[in-house]
Amino acid sequence: MVRFILRRLLQMVLAFFGTTLIVYALMFAGQGDPIQALAGERPVTDAQRAYLTEKFHLDRTGIDGFFYRYFDYIRNLLRGDLGESLTGRQIGDILAAAWPVTIKLALIAMTVTVLVGVTAGVLAGIRRASVFDNSTLLLTLVVLAVPTIVLAPIAQYLLGVRWQLFPPTAGADPDFYALLLPGIVLGSLSLATALRLTRTSVAENLRADYVRTARSKGLVKRRIVGIHVLRNSLIPVVTFLGVELGNLMGGAIITEGVFNIPGVGFNLFRAIRTEDGPLVVGIVSVLVVVYLIANLVVDVLYAVLDPRIRYE
Amino acid sequence: MRVRRLAAWTALPLAVTLGLVACGSGGGGSGGTDPNAAVRIEIAEPQHLVPTNTNETSGSQVLAALFSPLIGYDDASQAYEVAAESVTSEDNITWTIQLKDGYTFHNGEPVTADNYIDAWNYGAYAPNGQATSYFFEKIAGYEDLQGDTPAAQTLSGLEKVDDLTFTVTLSTPYSGFRTMLGYNAFYPLPKAAFSEPGVLDEGYEQAPIGQGPFQMKGTWQHDARVEVERYDAFPGEQPKVAGVEFRIYQQPAAAYADVLSDNLDVIKVIPTESLSTAPTDLGDRFQTSPGSSFQFLSFPTYQEEFSNPDVRTAISMAIDREEITTAIFKDSQTPARSFISPVVAGYRENTIGDAGTFDPAKAKALYQSAGGPSQIEISYNGDGGHKDWVDATCNQLRANLDVACVGNAEPKFSDLLTKVKAEQPVGLFRMGWSMDYPSMENYLGPLYSSTGSSNFYGYSNPEFDKLVAEGSAAASEEEAIAKYQQAEEVLAEDMPVIPLRYGQNVFGHSTKVTNVELDLFNRVDLLKIEAVQ
Repeated sequence: MVRFILRRLLQMVLAFFGTTLIVYALMFAGQGDPIQALAGERPVTDAQRAYLTEKFHLDRTGIDGFFYRYFDYIRNLLRGDLGESLTGRQIGDILAAAWPVTIKLALIAMTVTVLVGVTAGVLAGIRRASVFDNSTLLLTLVVLAVPTIVLAPIAQYLLGVRWQLFPPTAGADPDFYALLLPGIVLGSLSLATALRLTRTSVAENLRADYVRTARSKGLVKRRIVGIHVLRNSLIPVVTFLGVELGNLMGGAIITEGVFNIPGVGFNLFRAIRTEDGPLVVGIVSVLVVVYLIANLVVDVLYAVLDPRIRYE
Repeated sequence: MRVRRLAAWTALPLAVTLGLVACGSGGGGSGGTDPNAAVRIEIAEPQHLVPTNTNETSGSQVLAALFSPLIGYDDASQAYEVAAESVTSEDNITWTIQLKDGYTFHNGEPVTADNYIDAWNYGAYAPNGQATSYFFEKIAGYEDLQGDTPAAQTLSGLEKVDDLTFTVTLSTPYSGFRTMLGYNAFYPLPKAAFSEPGVLDEGYEQAPIGQGPFQMKGTWQHDARVEVERYDAFPGEQPKVAGVEFRIYQQPAAAYADVLSDNLDVIKVIPTESLSTAPTDLGDRFQTSPGSSFQFLSFPTYQEEFSNPDVRTAISMAIDREEITTAIFKDSQTPARSFISPVVAGYRENTIGDAGTFDPAKAKALYQSAGGPSQIEISYNGDGGHKDWVDATCNQLRANLDVACVGNAEPKFSDLLTKVKAEQPVGLFRMGWSMDYPSMENYLGPLYSSTGSSNFYGYSNPEFDKLVAEGSAAASEEEAIAKYQQAEEVLAEDMPVIPLRYGQNVFGHSTKVTNVELDLFNRVDLLKIEAVQ
């Protein structure tokens, strides 16, 4: 087990540098005129252009320039310096301010997904073809069909502005209650998927041989479902949730924008819009680490859930 | 049974929530105003909060709270002294600026002439990379501060007379210099802002110290808010609120939702998608006021097919401006038929004459006799909500001129500019302009003079350049305006761009504030706004 984790950690280092290289190359290739992008439609002064060009080595172009800038970036990164954004803020500071709120949001979304999605999925799986099962299937179909970019503003307008049940935006240092609505909106998609996945998995396992054996042994239903079926049914769900955790952290661009939460997605959106290369690469690098760790945790959890799986 | 239990579980949190909301909306009487309350105003994350490095609205709005300008503008856009006692010149070259006594910075330092001289030198010095450095280019000695290793560190044209007086010598006469001083690049900086002479303290920007009606409350909370509170030792007109929270939004739609539910007090620009519902949503809290923005289509004059002014005039004539402002902008913008915004002294209606009169038959005849191209492309930036009106304009050109016309979206304005600067065939392209200070020169100079900073279309007419230069050098503002108006007539003949629309401030506020006014620069007037009790 320890050897397995060590090996995975070493692979993570490679994966990390590989992805930063690719992201850096993409940003480099797609870069137009970041100084003008920063200024929007206003003219840029010569002094400002010269200053920023020198500071960010923007005059180094072509293959040479790319490797020069990339290695410069990596050198600083290894020293723990993520660099400066085009507006002169430390990217480390930006990330330090953005992560806590994004993690909170992702955790709320995750909790909602697990609590509601998995519970309802188990219930629907046990009572297949019941009214509850059919109505959840229909509801999740609707949720899956509506993209977040539509769902978020509608939820904000109805629940926030019209009926005033929730604050319409969360702002910079929100309390739990303010984050609840964005969390539910963000989690709704994974909730629907988790629900359907759990339902199918439970329904299938209920027909398995070991369940029939357990039942003929005279075990009570609660124990059959609670211990045997649930444990076996959760393996695909845990895989899904692990990947989803990474998605929830990085994929909150729309939700964070609509509810004005200055998290990671919010900053990523701005960085892409202003062609702020260093900031995009900084955010994406950290996201890569989150994904890698989430995947590792999922792999380790397998062994806990399924005794047949052993890592060497 | 199960259903009932489920219903109970849903109903409970709902009931609690409703109870909380009911508590929240309780209280709040009507009538009087509360001088001890703070108001909340929407901004975007400022790029910088150093006066000489700020050229966007959000930063400028915050600085307007922290600083008091030398010059302000009245309702007729006429300049009057605020922090200055007088700004005078006999020859329009040497200007004497006399400061009002009694102004202090928020850290207690008295404001002296040195504070202005230091700040302006810092702004003009090229290695500091300040965004507004070109505002100082008219001052003598500016050239010596440019380049990688400038010959001098200070502007030779700035000279201190006594603590409250200094003189500014310009390199060429300029009658509009007094008007220009209202821009935020001309604010003073305290001694405390510099760690050593000419070097700005790194932390200054996080909590700028100014001499204005409000002082910082804490530091700049990036992406969250900037809070300011009333500065009681301010000698000028005191604000009617105790403080302002500038709350940072990335998307106007989020700010709009907050204004609707009284979580935010002022939104300075109503998002386009809410324009049709805003009058009903907000009632009389939906407001408009004059703004200085000017939207136009420019011709790449470097492209052969658009080099004939008759072609450009014909295209202008084939556009029905009223239809577009009504149908697409819901009258939040007004049709433009001059090159100058109506808010500026010297503006005259309809200076482009026939070219602005919608006449499809005449347009088509002129277009065909001038040999206009059979295909027209209109380029725009896809991130600014321009698709609708560009497509509508294309439809009009297609119907009225019998040409093929397509809109071409570039991702960002900078991408569009990159293509234009490389003289690639982008067809017509959209541009917008908002003034920095109310003067005809601020439209004519940057946009149409041969060396203009925003003249991307390669327009160059020596006669026009000469008239603008003569206007700037004129002895009085009246004479200057006369010259500028002649220059505008040259433009009307050449039609390097097609004037389309003038913008306005279209804003809204919550039920908790009153007397909300926006100035020509889309900034909330912080001395007028009041909180409702």
